[in-house]
Amino acid sequence: MTEFLAPAVDPGGAAPSGRDVSQFDSTEARKQWQVVLRRFLRHRLAVFGMALFVFLILVAFAGGRFWTHDYKSLDFPRYSPPSGDHPFGTDGLGADMVSQVIRGLRFSLQIAIIVALVSTAVGVVLGAIAGYKRGWTDAIISRFIDLVLVIPGLVIVVVLARSSFSNVAGKSGSNWAIVAMYLSLVFWLTIARVVRGMVLSLREKEFVEAARAMGGSTMRIVFKHILPNTVDVIIVNATLSVALAVLTEAAISFIGLGVRPPDTSLGLLINQNRNELNLHPWLFFIPFAFIVMVSLAINFMGDGLRDALDPRQRRVRA
Amino acid sequence: MIRYIIRRVLISIPLLVAASFLCFGLTTMMGDPLGEWKLQRPRTPAEVQAAEQRAGMDKPFLERYGDWAVNFVQGDWKTTVGPGHGTVDVKDKVLRASWVSARLVLGAEFIALVIGVAIGVIGAVRQYSMFDYTATGFAFVMFSMPLFCLALMIKTVGIEFNDFLQANGFDRWLRTAGPPNGGFHGSFVDQVYQYSGAFILPTICLVMIQFAVYSRFQRASMLDVMNADYVRTAQAKGLSQARVIFRHAFRNALIPIATVFALNFGTTISGAIITETVFGWQGMGQLLVSAVNDREPYMVLGFLMVTGVFIIFANLMADIMYAFLDPRIRLD
Repeated sequence: MTEFLAPAVDPGGAAPSGRDVSQFDSTEARKQWQVVLRRFLRHRLAVFGMALFVFLILVAFAGGRFWTHDYKSLDFPRYSPPSGDHPFGTDGLGADMVSQVIRGLRFSLQIAIIVALVSTAVGVVLGAIAGYKRGWTDAIISRFIDLVLVIPGLVIVVVLARSSFSNVAGKSGSNWAIVAMYLSLVFWLTIARVVRGMVLSLREKEFVEAARAMGGSTMRIVFKHILPNTVDVIIVNATLSVALAVLTEAAISFIGLGVRPPDTSLGLLINQNRNELNLHPWLFFIPFAFIVMVSLAINFMGDGLRDALDPRQRRVRA
Repeated sequence: MIRYIIRRVLISIPLLVAASFLCFGLTTMMGDPLGEWKLQRPRTPAEVQAAEQRAGMDKPFLERYGDWAVNFVQGDWKTTVGPGHGTVDVKDKVLRASWVSARLVLGAEFIALVIGVAIGVIGAVRQYSMFDYTATGFAFVMFSMPLFCLALMIKTVGIEFNDFLQANGFDRWLRTAGPPNGGFHGSFVDQVYQYSGAFILPTICLVMIQFAVYSRFQRASMLDVMNADYVRTAQAKGLSQARVIFRHAFRNALIPIATVFALNFGTTISGAIITETVFGWQGMGQLLVSAVNDREPYMVLGFLMVTGVFIIFANLMADIMYAFLDPRIRLD
């Protein structure tokens, strides 16, 4: 409640003269990010989602250091159910599932985060150019986006999966990076479209006109004046695209056209254990639980971010 | 209105042509369909040349595209080209597979829409009730659920259910490996029995995933409308709550969902690919996966073109429906 006063109050200038303003000192002016942070922290599910996501990232990237069983070792008893030594059991080859899942989670998150970063960067730049330049540039970029969106993203990635490029790269042992690249190729389209729409309306605003009148260069206007006003939408989109990338990657790895051994991912783990659901259910349900956890955590976080960054969308006062 | 529709239809023709070019480019990026054949054992140059000629790979890209496009328009969608894959007619196979998929997808999509809209409307009318929280939570989980896991679990439950039926002296009703090859036959009741057994599990999968999207959209748009001034006016006039909700609010809240429904077909097709893989349906999904694995360019092209036409048509319907439901946007 106090924060509604805060952004507008400039403790020095705005106060009427001759009045003691020290009583207002308790409502110190907050920066916008502080307001956003407070709103986000009040959203309990979002905080929970973020905590879960941070925990999963720690498990994925640091977990291997603390878990002593090697993922390559096949010396354990086969198909042993979850126990003290193997909390997630072992698979049909006698590999420890904890180390498998940690490794799968790392690859899945690694792919998803790279996809989110690359597609956001490309989408924002191209969307901003299209929206600001208009005319031919816009026509080419927008029509191209419309065109590619005619084919479902999953189908594009599946068709590319057997290209000679993926084969060459697959042999050099970085198949996961190729999958990340193909996914980014599809994911930037929606982000570019959203950013273009926002830039298109922002470029007509008075503050942009003022910046132009003062002789600001195109680059300066776009990156200093227009894009900061789209940051909320970009952040939310980027967050949610991580979840979507995890799910899409898992789906194509499940069909057998995504990540391939020696790389792995949660989707591939499930694919390898798809026939074990009846007899050895832990081999299926544990990677599955991790996929759901990742995407739930990110979706909660994204919802909270959306509410925190843009309170107008909420009907209830935060 | 007629002029608006004609203009929209005309715009989608160049889009379709451009899409066909893009699809062709995509299939050439798929790699050499003869690659594996060449690696099986050393081939003489004459053999390679003959195989390339048969596959039509000996000409430059644009010429191949022109050749394919002219034939495609005339109804010849070419055949499989890989040596050892035989000469399967693409058109025949793609159309048959798309019929299999369409039966599954359209029904599931319709059920998902009805359930989603109902749940969304109730959730908005009773905002913050127990029902609303449960429905939102469930939709959230379904939103984050990998479809293939859901499908695998449903399949397992289906098999258990069949075992249960058999143990109690019934036939195994649910089919977990595609619809019966010979089609459905027998009396009407028999046919309904077979039909429902084949369709029920994959349909549940697709409905569970899609309804989450629809219910969330419907809830948001219904909330929007419920807070609008004209709804408050209607309430102030003293109309009954049911009349306000159904006559004034609900109709307007359906406008956005109509577009979402049409634009969502891309997701539905992806969903169908996964579901068909799990349940062993010989539909579009299986066709795509096996054609990509075999690197059959014309088969993949057939898939892409049918999908593309379907989605362009759905987008067209979305535009027209929108103009029909909301007269304001016809003025552009």
